[in-house]
Amino acid sequence: MRQPFEQAVRQHGATVLRVCHAVLGSDAEADDAWSETFLAALAAWPDLDDDTNVEGWLVRVAHFKAIDIIRRRARQAVPTAEPPERVSTEGVPGRGPSELWVAVQSLPERQRVAVAYHYLGGLAHSETAAIVGSSPAAVRRAASDGIATLRRMHGADLLLEGTHS
Amino acid sequence: MTATDHPLSVDLDPPRAAWSAALPVDTAALTMLERRLTERATQSGLVDVAYRTIETPVGRLLLAATERGVVRVAFEVEEFDAVLATLADRISPRILAAPAQLDDAARQLDEYFAGDRTSFDLPLDHTLAGGFRLEVQEFLPRIAYGTTLTYTQVASEVGRPKAVRAVGTACATNPHPVIVPCHRVLRSDGSVGGYLGGPAVKRTLLQFEGAEGHER
Repeated sequence: MRQPFEQAVRQHGATVLRVCHAVLGSDAEADDAWSETFLAALAAWPDLDDDTNVEGWLVRVAHFKAIDIIRRRARQAVPTAEPPERVSTEGVPGRGPSELWVAVQSLPERQRVAVAYHYLGGLAHSETAAIVGSSPAAVRRAASDGIATLRRMHGADLLLEGTHS
Repeated sequence: MTATDHPLSVDLDPPRAAWSAALPVDTAALTMLERRLTERATQSGLVDVAYRTIETPVGRLLLAATERGVVRVAFEVEEFDAVLATLADRISPRILAAPAQLDDAARQLDEYFAGDRTSFDLPLDHTLAGGFRLEVQEFLPRIAYGTTLTYTQVASEVGRPKAVRAVGTACATNPHPVIVPCHRVLRSDGSVGGYLGGPAVKRTLLQFEGAEGHER
């Protein structure tokens, strides 16, 4: 890739953070996944083909970094401990979650991932299926179920009106 | 997404922009993440070209450096995006805004434009120049602050008295303008000649240094 890397950070930084946040929930973990994603991307950048869809590629890298974090979380979990809260309610200044953020993060993982990669990350359902090891049909169904839930929780939300017939 | 993959989604999906607006990310947090990325990437040796911009009396300048030293000084009229694209092509696309790596260059330029510095003491990376052009560019710092030479005189000084045009090209392609003072080389008729930042900037620098750049 001959594009200066800084431009990729500027163009796709927000999208990657949104995806990490939707998948991982907590601000701290999303921040870690974002950093790991862009560090790995910078290392691989000169070898990347010029015609790569950079956004889609970054979302895929972010997916694997998020998986690493989820595995680490599982290893560190003490069996008797309280299950960690998935939805972040901690009041990091200026980062109070919007209602829709809370709703997205309350979706079951399969739905959350299907919604995040498609609607926030711009991946086709078939691309999501390839990286999560599922079928396009199952991913499409998960996304559709997720959107239905979000519509139920946010019936009047402009964004979600008319997203599904 | 492709039509075959998801035949119903095209008409039914809200635009990406609507999702982005409805699920905001905090720009201050993003800025902090970018800064931390730059630090970690620098520590890991992953930043091949660091850059920053500074404000000066002759407009905004872009400063770029490799680990060997300052590799490029660019004027706004050159268009910074185009300059960065060239650096990506000629050196490496691992380019990040990393202001701290250019603190020293920025400070010395500030001092120069404040009238407190008459020569620069900075490591330079000459990757973007070579051959005779580099010979000329390495000679230029010997032209003292506030004085000028002609292209013809410089050609003689570097031992190629007939290479006047080549000296002109070497000055015009100087990757380190201001720091390497190609602005101190004038035409034999005393007119300022060409300059990367435009002739007006060249004249301003000469007047600022107390050297005369005549127009005839």
